[in-house]
Amino acid sequence: MSKLHTSRRGLLKGSAAAGIALATPTIFTSRAWSAGYTNEPTGGTVTLGFNVPQTGAYADEGADELRAYELAVEHINGEGDGGMLNTFSSKALKGDGVNGKKVVFVTGDTQTKSDAARASAKRMIEKDGAIMITGGSSSGVAIAVQGLCQDAGVIFMAGLTHSNDTTGKDKRANGFRHFFNTEMSGAALGPVLKNAFGSERSAYHLTADYTWGWSQEGSIKKYTEELGWKTAAAVRTPLGAGDFSQYITPVLNSGADVLVLNHYGRDMVNSLTQAVQFGLRDKQVNGKDFAIVVPLYSRLMAQGAGENVKGIFGSTNWHWSLQDEGSKAFVKSFGTKYGFPPSQAAHTTYCQALLYADACQRAGTFMPSGVGKALEGFKFDGLGNGPTEYRADDHQCFKDVLVVKGKENPTSKFDVLEVVEVTPRAQVEYPASLLGGELGPYNDGA
Amino acid sequence: MKIFEMNKSDAILFLCFSAAILAGPILLTPIGAGYPDLLQKFAIFGIFALGFNILFGLTGYLSFGHAAFLGVGSYTAVWTFKLLSMNPIPAIILATVVGGLFAAAIGFVSLRRSGIYFSILTLAFAQMSYNLAYSVLTPITNGETGLQLAQSDPRVLDAAFGRDYGAVLPSPDFFGISMSGYPGFYFCAIMLIICFFISMRIFRSPFGLMLRAVKSNQNRMNYTGLNTRPYAQAAFVISGMFAGLAGGLMAVTDPLAGAERMQWTASGEIVLMTILGGSGTLLGPVIGAGAIKYFENIFSAFNEGILMNAFSFLPESLQHLAVGITSLFVGEGWHLTLGALFMLIVIFLPGGLMEGFNRIRNRFLKRSGDGSGGTADTVPAAAE
Amino acid sequence: MDAILLQILNGLDKGGAYALIALGLTVIFGTLGVVNFAHGALFMLGAFCAVAVKAFLGFEKVTLDPENLTAWGTASEIRQPYIESWFGEFGTTLLNYSVPVSILITIPVMLLIGIVMERGLIRYFYKRPHAEQILVTFGLAIVAQEIVKSAFGANPIPQPAPDAARGMIDFGVAIGFEAGNVVYPAWRLIYFLFSTAIIAAVFAFLQFTTFGMVVRAGMVDRETVGLLGIDIDRRFTIVFGMAAVVAGLAGAMYTPILSPDYHMGMDFLVLSFVVVVVGGMGSLGGAVAAGFMLGILQSFASMNEVKNILPGIDQIIIYLIAVIILLVRPRGLMGRKGQMEH
Repeated sequence: MSKLHTSRRGLLKGSAAAGIALATPTIFTSRAWSAGYTNEPTGGTVTLGFNVPQTGAYADEGADELRAYELAVEHINGEGDGGMLNTFSSKALKGDGVNGKKVVFVTGDTQTKSDAARASAKRMIEKDGAIMITGGSSSGVAIAVQGLCQDAGVIFMAGLTHSNDTTGKDKRANGFRHFFNTEMSGAALGPVLKNAFGSERSAYHLTADYTWGWSQEGSIKKYTEELGWKTAAAVRTPLGAGDFSQYITPVLNSGADVLVLNHYGRDMVNSLTQAVQFGLRDKQVNGKDFAIVVPLYSRLMAQGAGENVKGIFGSTNWHWSLQDEGSKAFVKSFGTKYGFPPSQAAHTTYCQALLYADACQRAGTFMPSGVGKALEGFKFDGLGNGPTEYRADDHQCFKDVLVVKGKENPTSKFDVLEVVEVTPRAQVEYPASLLGGELGPYNDGA
Repeated sequence: MKIFEMNKSDAILFLCFSAAILAGPILLTPIGAGYPDLLQKFAIFGIFALGFNILFGLTGYLSFGHAAFLGVGSYTAVWTFKLLSMNPIPAIILATVVGGLFAAAIGFVSLRRSGIYFSILTLAFAQMSYNLAYSVLTPITNGETGLQLAQSDPRVLDAAFGRDYGAVLPSPDFFGISMSGYPGFYFCAIMLIICFFISMRIFRSPFGLMLRAVKSNQNRMNYTGLNTRPYAQAAFVISGMFAGLAGGLMAVTDPLAGAERMQWTASGEIVLMTILGGSGTLLGPVIGAGAIKYFENIFSAFNEGILMNAFSFLPESLQHLAVGITSLFVGEGWHLTLGALFMLIVIFLPGGLMEGFNRIRNRFLKRSGDGSGGTADTVPAAAE
Repeated sequence: MDAILLQILNGLDKGGAYALIALGLTVIFGTLGVVNFAHGALFMLGAFCAVAVKAFLGFEKVTLDPENLTAWGTASEIRQPYIESWFGEFGTTLLNYSVPVSILITIPVMLLIGIVMERGLIRYFYKRPHAEQILVTFGLAIVAQEIVKSAFGANPIPQPAPDAARGMIDFGVAIGFEAGNVVYPAWRLIYFLFSTAIIAAVFAFLQFTTFGMVVRAGMVDRETVGLLGIDIDRRFTIVFGMAAVVAGLAGAMYTPILSPDYHMGMDFLVLSFVVVVVGGMGSLGGAVAAGFMLGILQSFASMNEVKNILPGIDQIIIYLIAVIILLVRPRGLMGRKGQMEH
């Protein structure tokens, strides 16, 4: 019963104060509009808004994000074992909250829908006085909430969002992303795929028919074609198609020898399961072993595909089996509290919460422009991804990318992926101008 | 003017309704709903539900695709902001008109059938709109990400009047009054009051009577030599315009339009709102819309910390038990509460929430009146 | 040619699932006059019967291994299914065949769920307006869904087919194609055969038994049958239970094709209504025909050759066909006059 385990005590401490705040009518205090910047904290606490999917297909991922946030809040407030605060290269946080204020939080359900996510974020800002919004499990939601936070004048720390647009075409000054993107996935996977499968390959893409899918398809094509691969076909599949057989059978006799599944979540679980069912993993084409690639892996979702992930390559932001000090500290802290290892979604949201708190502490304020300046160009280490930099030009973190493979002999149900290669940061870096978009000025709100 | 004449009880109802809406920020604060975004949603979905009720409540035609008109209204409004002006007036006018036109086209085809065949036709059109908006029509709709404003948009009218927004992303404003926060709510609230008035006039008009006749027996109507289709079509277009207006207002208070607004679940939601509140009644749909939005936004926000606090008066072991039980129904379990609520309402109050109010009122009136104590309350126009 | 044949197989497979769900829906409508929005949930519950059977069979004995520590410092766990330690080889085989085995459990469980649902809730709604039936069954579907979510989580759960059915069958050779051109997964062929068998069984039951005859008579004119002194209500309860079993079996057997999650019922709900209405409300033959037809057309519309001419056609094909059919044939393929038109 992981769920009961999740929150009871941590939440009690974390949001007791927020609970009281909920009861106070804000219309009379008009906290939101009188201060120097939106929701400037005036009491002894500062409120963060954790906006994660609690219903719908990504509810488990959202639950894991929430667990990580609770852990982060504990650590920032000086409770628990301190987790990655001990390995974090910045020592600004002393375990006594942020800027002398205790951190409390409010939660909400994004339902993985833009409208619901914005409504939930607005509640946190307008009613609960949240100074920062973070979380989410899809790019559509991340971009929608990021835009909202820009308008409202609060900081947005993106959760799991992999589309280039979040820090590309749709980037905003108030938004920051720790997670990697499709461009980096492509750059990291390309060379590994070449080593594993050679340069004479013909790839068949099945792509989820929405912006993230196209973005993923584009970067894999770009980097594999550079290495000499051909693209046999790129077929768009409707989101949530369920049964993908009608898209998979044409692959069988197409002459292609690699299948790239640009799908995430349930689509990935279903298309991969079905591709394996159609014998593609054991197939021989042109005298070569047929290969399947899943550019964006999520360990939680890989569990849903069961044995079908064995030997399948992909990329991921972080994996709990990493052996650096930061990752070990985080896994220990999370595992002790909840009894199972954290997912990459949990890791990125934990890091985002810590990075935000640290930036506020270093800036000495919660004002978005001040916090933003402290994050821009910030170089750090010890958060599980090696030396990392928050690039000032597009508010995107640059760090090593993990190329992983489905494990052949898993030792537990959490042990489904193994790290094949850690692609160094230099190899996945790209100029900020590549993806377009304008950050614009910071908005501190009212 | 004749159109503004109404009998005394209607006038009282209208005045009370207006007063309650305008006092919303104060009245709803004690239950935690007194903040701008939720108040705006109450007003917007109230308009949507009022419109839906003109079709469903009066004619009995159950449309399962009304979210398409809302979505089209939103896209129209955002495009108006981008191309013409940040003033909400052109945006909502165009949203209403385009919503109406879209409804006219879909209604023209769908109303050739009745009953569930009609429902499935509207559902099919809405799902096609949603699927295409999400994928193939991305150049117009910006797909999954949703259509957003950009600083570089042309805004022809604003430029013509010499309005320059500088380097920041503009947001909609009504001659200088920003449309976010409470001003945005009051803008929506006034629209809601106007829509309520219109809907009231339709209910009381000969046209409304005709629509009810369509519901009670279409065949008989047809035998009298009267073609009922134009009446149904008119009701369909009117409700499409209400939906378009609601969609436009969503964009006014929050300038973003996403495809998922058109999904069948969104169409289903408005059906549920109307039935939950009491279809065919004037006030019911607005109340139903409010109830569902309240659950979605407030119940989903309760986490265990808040519950622990709420039950802190209990001894610790009981406190954990109480929290364990309640947490199934709030936070990530808010859907469960919603599902259970649907069942309870429809089992015990077949006419929706409005019937509940009527029963209470009748009981009260009876006690002070004749005192007959009978329970044979008349059910307000049940839905079909 | 082989590509088209493969798409037909895909379509038959999908169509089998559509037809099974639609069949129950249309029977419930035809006999009870109830619009059951919880039917997708019944499909989902069936799938989770299979999940539960596998979880039950795979109940593991957990021994702690203090030598080996997990990454967070507790003793790691060695898990072995009890069934393997008790029955050895046979236990392993049983676990492997958990999906077909689950049929034995799914039938009584779904029958019970169906009967309880009908007696406890649905029967009070026979005479109520369709809108209220929709609200109550939709609410029930949400409740069922949330209960499953709190027990099994929101993630999809892998449900592999038995090893023996995991391979591919060279279907083409049998009908004169070159070897290796038309190969199809064994489990999917099994699913198709299974669905036709169930459909045939339902038809035979309604056609050739007295019980079936009474039910069919009840579908046409319920009142008259009631006046004849036949206890039609009890039969309808059983009919509802059967519809639940059919939907549940469709779900349980579908799990190796689609990893089940708590939300899968909602995805099939809309689709199955479209199938039923295209077939004609209350028409059994129509539901089956429409299910297979839409499955096959959906497969064809997804072919690259078609998509190149009409981009996005595979996204809307089902709805487009529904619109066309309803405009050409007012009551669907085989609907009777007067059914559900008001």
